[in-house]
Amino acid sequence: MSSSVSDSLHLAVALDGTGWHPASWREPVSRSKDLFTARYWADLVAEAERGLLDLVTIEDGLGLQSSHYGEPDGRTDQVRGRLDAVLIASRIAPLTQHIGLVPTVIATHTEPFHISKAIATLDYVSTGRAGLRVQLTARPHEADHFGRRTFAPLSLEELRTPAGQERVTELFDEAAEYVEVVRRLWDSWEDDAEIRDVATGRFIDRDKLHYIDFEGRFFSVKGPSITPRPPQGRPIVSALAHQTVPYRLVARQADIGYVTPHDTDQARAIVAEIRAEQEAAGRADEPLHVFGDLVVFLDDDASAAAARRERLDELSGEPYTSDARVFTGTPGQLADLLQELQAGGLTGFRLRPAVLGHDLPAITQGLVPELQRRGAFRRAYEADSLRGLLGLARPANRYAAA
Amino acid sequence: MSKPQKQIHLAAHFPGVNNTTVWSDPAAGSHIEFDSFVRFAQTAERAKFDFLFLAEGLRLREQGGKIYDLDVVGRPDTFTVLAALAAVTDRLGLTGTINSTFNEPYEVARQFASLDHLSGGRSAWNVVTSWDAFTGENFRRGGFLPQEERYSRAKEFLATANELFDSWQGDEIVADQATGTFLRDAKAGAFVHQGRHFDIHGQFNVPRSPQGRPVIFQAGDSEEGREFAASSADAIFSRYSTLKEGQTFYTDVKARLAKYGRRHDQLLILPAATFVLGDTDAEAAELARQVRRQQVSGATAIKHLEFVWNRDLSAYDPEGPLPDIDPDVSDEHISKGRAQVRMYRDPLAVAREWRELAAANNWSIRDLVINTGNRQTFVGSPATVAKTINDFVQADASDGFILVPHITPGGLDPFADRVVPLLQEQGVFRADYKGTTLRDHLGLTHPDEVREERVAS
Repeated sequence: MSSSVSDSLHLAVALDGTGWHPASWREPVSRSKDLFTARYWADLVAEAERGLLDLVTIEDGLGLQSSHYGEPDGRTDQVRGRLDAVLIASRIAPLTQHIGLVPTVIATHTEPFHISKAIATLDYVSTGRAGLRVQLTARPHEADHFGRRTFAPLSLEELRTPAGQERVTELFDEAAEYVEVVRRLWDSWEDDAEIRDVATGRFIDRDKLHYIDFEGRFFSVKGPSITPRPPQGRPIVSALAHQTVPYRLVARQADIGYVTPHDTDQARAIVAEIRAEQEAAGRADEPLHVFGDLVVFLDDDASAAAARRERLDELSGEPYTSDARVFTGTPGQLADLLQELQAGGLTGFRLRPAVLGHDLPAITQGLVPELQRRGAFRRAYEADSLRGLLGLARPANRYAAA
Repeated sequence: MSKPQKQIHLAAHFPGVNNTTVWSDPAAGSHIEFDSFVRFAQTAERAKFDFLFLAEGLRLREQGGKIYDLDVVGRPDTFTVLAALAAVTDRLGLTGTINSTFNEPYEVARQFASLDHLSGGRSAWNVVTSWDAFTGENFRRGGFLPQEERYSRAKEFLATANELFDSWQGDEIVADQATGTFLRDAKAGAFVHQGRHFDIHGQFNVPRSPQGRPVIFQAGDSEEGREFAASSADAIFSRYSTLKEGQTFYTDVKARLAKYGRRHDQLLILPAATFVLGDTDAEAAELARQVRRQQVSGATAIKHLEFVWNRDLSAYDPEGPLPDIDPDVSDEHISKGRAQVRMYRDPLAVAREWRELAAANNWSIRDLVINTGNRQTFVGSPATVAKTINDFVQADASDGFILVPHITPGGLDPFADRVVPLLQEQGVFRADYKGTTLRDHLGLTHPDEVREERVAS
């Protein structure tokens, strides 16, 4: 499904600030003063493209970053502030040619109509390399930025209670509906709707534009989109998932799920659960990638990587923890781990560089050549669209007459 | 001593989804593909224009209950295109029309502040409002806004966005790797806004952008719209492009500035204008006539008449006489999603006047629409057009123009190649950019300086 070479894997890199370790900005290699410039992001994505990666994701959020789950932390010793991820992706699109651009969009407080046309437009400006990573937020202080809903405080402990689970399930159901609306709007123009028929004076064949007339629990949206169907038909939809409820969102609505197994058995179990949900959703025959997320500290010498991690932990005052497995070692060791996890049914990986300025080039110049030597990664870009890179066909339009 | 010559400001409006845009011309390209936007923007930048302008509409127009299919239909997302254009231009300002009814201040402020960072200080926001439930059907909040509240919401929306832009002063990010201080102040971005339309608080998460705030445009023409512009806008996108109307509007709006403690030069008046160039004035006039016929096909003429008559007139022959029946003046209008729905305030009088005009000139329906519709603003040789534009500006009918070519994407090229050099020779238009931000091009002060001026006075 994923590639003509059966043991080949897909690689994505997750971009966030100066990297995933909270002290990453203090490394001399981190351009922490450049974070809010276009050049900074352009350089990162250019490096990822030199490494022939499938895509980059770009993190986003509707509030300041925080080390606490559900509230601001008031800290001044970590990166705070960020630019809109869709606009970063769009700013980078004309400067790149092959790599997929997958910004985060927050479903909870935004409009599916706006996001649908924004990602469709990203697909136009990148000529077929757009996707989105859908995220939701239960944070009360972010709801206060919009003032249209009030969320009760939520901690990680509460999240595990039945009431907490119910709240989160509701937000995920809303996100699933959101993605459904976004995708229907992408289909609301048939590909050949623009006819420019001078004889009759008609610019479009309006029979090929469709009201989506979506009526759900959370949204009612009329359509059609103001933006014609994008080059990929439907840009890539992806989501990060840690448990059953989000696995269901991935299974129902996504082209890629990012998951966080810590070993091959866990990978196997997660993939099985997603595939079962996929079947339950009636999508068993549709391709769905499951990528493993890993935080990486990568050096040619394993002890250097470990020392770097230790140094950063010391700067931040606490050992770094993550939802994803944290890898520390050499490109060869990482290649071993990726292939081992791949045996659990993962089709690719989304790597979270601990320090972007260091670990991103280590991925593109260390890991990628190592995987290429093993015949496990492409040696050149073999497709013009993100769907093409992922081995996904351009989807038929659900509204087009068969 | 004679008055010093005013410098002209010029902008390029990407051709819109109305019949000014001629899509049937063999030279007409895509209105969606990014290449068209690149070509258009690079022409504007080559000609040292102040900025590029994008309009927006959030629902496809309908007439008689059907999607209107005779004009260009469809456009890309405003913010996304502008961010991408920032990558292929260096100095050109990037102005986007963004609706204050179907958005929220926190999100729009994030997008404009981000665009301003990503373009190195070239963003501008044309603040528009709508109230219609028709557009609202595309949004989760629906069409909730009574018409009379749209300016009240727009004003509060902009004021709230300004509070968000100003919630960062610009010196908060220290990023000192040695000491470990990233932020000078944990309260960076803190805001509280309690008002009739918005009750929000928290911390804004985009640091101060190069321009402080995007340049603010306003396009409405009502009494409320003019006050809104005088109090809060940096520029007005107006529709008065004749000398006399332009002067009246200019005088009116500039006179309103004083009561808001603003100077005459803190609000620019920039009307939309179309143009047709020829080697001679006579050739341009003939070309303009041909363009009008392209803009008004028989089918388009009937639709325009329906717009006034508010009836299905599809049975009428566009080459024949005007209908005998009178317009339907009921509240329900057959056209939806158009900005100018209320342009004809008295349809019965318009119909009467048009019948008389048609009879006197022996005009068919199509002739009438061609002759009464939006005529091109500037028609003539490059020398004539350059002189007319300069005369308008020096006579205070405007501070410059937002030019709307009728061909995408190449329609701006003749103006850039033939008119701009003449204006430059006369010393009334820049030969090169002097600054890097849109505020620099427009001669607008940075909001920080305005703040300092007020503190000092």
